[in-house]
Amino acid sequence: MSASVDLSRRRFLVGSAQASGLVLSVGLLAGCHPFADDPIAGSVAPNLFVTINRDGAVIITCHRSEMGQQIRTSIAQIIADELEADWAKVVVTQAAGDPKYGDQNTDGSRSVRRNFIRLRQAGATARQLLREAAAQTWDVPIDTVEATQHQVRHGQSGRSLGYGELVDIAARLPVPDPDTVPLKARKDWRYIGKAVQSIDVDNVLAGTAVYAFDVDRPGMQVAVIARPPVLFGRVRQLNDKAARAIPGVTDVVRLPPLAPPAAFKALGGVAVIATSTWAALRGRDALEVEWDHGDNAGFTSGPFMRAMRATARAPGEVTRNHGDVDTALAEADQRLAAEYTMPLLSQAPMEPPSATAEIHDDTIEIWACTQTPQSTRRTVAQALGMEAEQVTVNVTLLGGGFGRKSKPDFSVEAALLAREVGTPVKVIWTREDDIKNGYYHSVSAQRIEAGIDADGNTTAWLHRTVFPPIPSTFDVSQTLPSHGELRLGFSDNPFDVPNLRLERGAAKAHVRIGWLRAVANVYHAFAIQSFAHELAVAAERDPKDYLLELIGPPRHLDLAKAGVEYDNYGDPIDVFPIDTGRLAHVIREVAERSDWESKRRAGRALGIAAHRSFLSYVATVVEVEVDDDGNWSIPHAYVAIDAGTVVNTDHVRAQCEGGSVYGLSCAIGAITATDGIVDQGNFNDYLVTRMNQAPATIDVHIVESDAPPAGVGEPPTPPFAPALANAIYEATGTRYRDLPIPLRVKRAS
Amino acid sequence: MKLTVNGTAKDYNGDPQMPILWFLRDELKLIGTKFGCGRALCGACTVHLDGQAVRACVMPMSAAEDRAITTIEGIEGGHPLKTAWKTHNVPQCGYCQGGQIMQAADLLARNTTPSDADIDQAMAGNICRCGTYTRIKAAIKSAAAELS
Repeated sequence: MSASVDLSRRRFLVGSAQASGLVLSVGLLAGCHPFADDPIAGSVAPNLFVTINRDGAVIITCHRSEMGQQIRTSIAQIIADELEADWAKVVVTQAAGDPKYGDQNTDGSRSVRRNFIRLRQAGATARQLLREAAAQTWDVPIDTVEATQHQVRHGQSGRSLGYGELVDIAARLPVPDPDTVPLKARKDWRYIGKAVQSIDVDNVLAGTAVYAFDVDRPGMQVAVIARPPVLFGRVRQLNDKAARAIPGVTDVVRLPPLAPPAAFKALGGVAVIATSTWAALRGRDALEVEWDHGDNAGFTSGPFMRAMRATARAPGEVTRNHGDVDTALAEADQRLAAEYTMPLLSQAPMEPPSATAEIHDDTIEIWACTQTPQSTRRTVAQALGMEAEQVTVNVTLLGGGFGRKSKPDFSVEAALLAREVGTPVKVIWTREDDIKNGYYHSVSAQRIEAGIDADGNTTAWLHRTVFPPIPSTFDVSQTLPSHGELRLGFSDNPFDVPNLRLERGAAKAHVRIGWLRAVANVYHAFAIQSFAHELAVAAERDPKDYLLELIGPPRHLDLAKAGVEYDNYGDPIDVFPIDTGRLAHVIREVAERSDWESKRRAGRALGIAAHRSFLSYVATVVEVEVDDDGNWSIPHAYVAIDAGTVVNTDHVRAQCEGGSVYGLSCAIGAITATDGIVDQGNFNDYLVTRMNQAPATIDVHIVESDAPPAGVGEPPTPPFAPALANAIYEATGTRYRDLPIPLRVKRAS
Repeated sequence: MKLTVNGTAKDYNGDPQMPILWFLRDELKLIGTKFGCGRALCGACTVHLDGQAVRACVMPMSAAEDRAITTIEGIEGGHPLKTAWKTHNVPQCGYCQGGQIMQAADLLARNTTPSDADIDQAMAGNICRCGTYTRIKAAIKSAAAELS
């Protein structure tokens, strides 16, 4: 690469630095963006991710969204390791949405696994460039200079130069081809695989970390929106007189009604614009809106679930089949069937959605807590009739995401309103907005039937799954579970059962359906891992042993070869096989860590579940205690994870802890609707895990592995609900197949 | 009306019914106190009013007249709770943690040797969707040991 190209690239980086500087100018990101001296004259940026300043500061650009998984720290660890940077001199800046970074959609537990090599190359390329600069300075062969911990040294002469001192020379050299630069041997990793502390922790504890709710712009107004209570409803009549009379309210704006499909578009409704948050909130309360609820007003959860159950009882469309399930069922010694249902769920991140938009002449700038800055950019551009290049999307910290913030609808609202009123506008969602107008984790009904032979072996397995699919949000005619969702714990059933048939059934969506941490894995793991326990009980076997038998001998499943539509999370099956040996291994590990055998002998109520998702393997044991009134608690939970190579052991541990707690929330929460309107509105009626209900201890075991890195953020969630339900069965004899599990359970009589 | 925020005297002449939260955030730009629910159900907005934990999202400005508010920004960096939070790597997304620390400070002011049950009871009103509860509990115990 020529020096002039390099220079223009640096200018581009400076551009993004200035974009961030706009946030900096309001004084909120102090400490986060210490761009030292003049970045053009005093820095070198060999690639998109690394800039080295003359003062030695290494600025690492994080292109993935930070929502608590500490990806900003992990990306810095990966790059700094190969760069041999001194960790104390590393600062992280956040990338705006731009396709030049490749995929930025921070979901699917793929930030590390899809970027591990290229980020290592980014660090190694920069290190190589610095070595070349030093070799040229000293006029010595490059293989005689070494770069470690921010210093390049020439062994024979003892000369050394700091990274910052080499910047000016390095800036004139061609950037090495990343594919030719050697990467470190695993044994030489300095930061990768270590429990490096989060780079954002000090700002968080100081109360200065900036989330979307905290963005402040000169002249900014706040918008709170009354959205249609029923999806695709519209305003019939509006009286905004009282709202406009509230001091601080400057405008009331009708947003265009939403036409199907919902996709990522704004929901419509009436926005109250005010000079303060309080005025905007009061203004919305004062609106008198009469709604036309539209076609979804017929949606009521009880009857809807009954219809889904009926669908699950009837033959569906076969998506995977081997052996002869019907004959095997007919010949079985015992037949067992069970239905499992889960309600709609809301992701409910602690920070509800929020976005700020500001128009500059013919461009627009957005600040949002978005998991997906590029689709935010495209969707905002489309809504405003602009080109994507006219839209800048700055990514703030996210106060939780869990999939809700993969949908850019709230940024579209801010953009439409900023254009309408002519000042910067911050849209905030209240908790009620978040709970009542979400993109919900789908409601589901499943039925599994199995046959057991005289020796207790499962010989037949027939599983049907029915749920309104996520594609319905983008095409309302979609009613069949998509292969993209079936691959999440359904099509990839790992059991070694000779006769197995999987079927799907249709259900129509009446709300926006979207991703939630681990997505369809949550309900598929709940059904499969609960039923595995039911089979163990029927066969009078230890549930852990029986689960291992169901999984069978170590082998790699090749579903595509068997004619199943299965894309392995978009990753190659030879690199990330469905390895039943690894699944069995985490079960054995968690059993050992939880003292499975001795605790069961002592009469403790333990439940186990194991599930592969996002290419990782997780097994969970939950121990419950139930008091005389039926109140249950979890004195201990145990998690074993095999996620291949891990970048930060403490982050993985934290995700296993938090993913378990999130899985518990999935077991106790429920969103329902009556006449199309969501019944719940806040944390009083939408239950999420609180400290007193959470496991008192969570033991996490990370399997040491040199397999390629796999997913971490989502895999710990799916096994928790079935492990809990299984433990409650052990404690009470009551089987909870229909979630939510009440906080007070019944004992079987 | 007059009040004190983190040791500094402040004046306020607006709507006495406005929750303290919006005074802190919109007017003083103290963004460490967070909105989570607006109904005292999640604890993300917890501040101290004359040393006692309150939910700023529902507490009207009228209740703060001639009183002292402390926010997360008013707890110094070397405070045993902040130190313990860092030692245990408690925060994930971090959004609720200011409120968690303010609630924990209230607990430790009343009880320097809290049991697990005491901690559960005191902290049950503070939701963390990232699920950092076991670490919060460990950090509170570390800070308690430091303080007692």
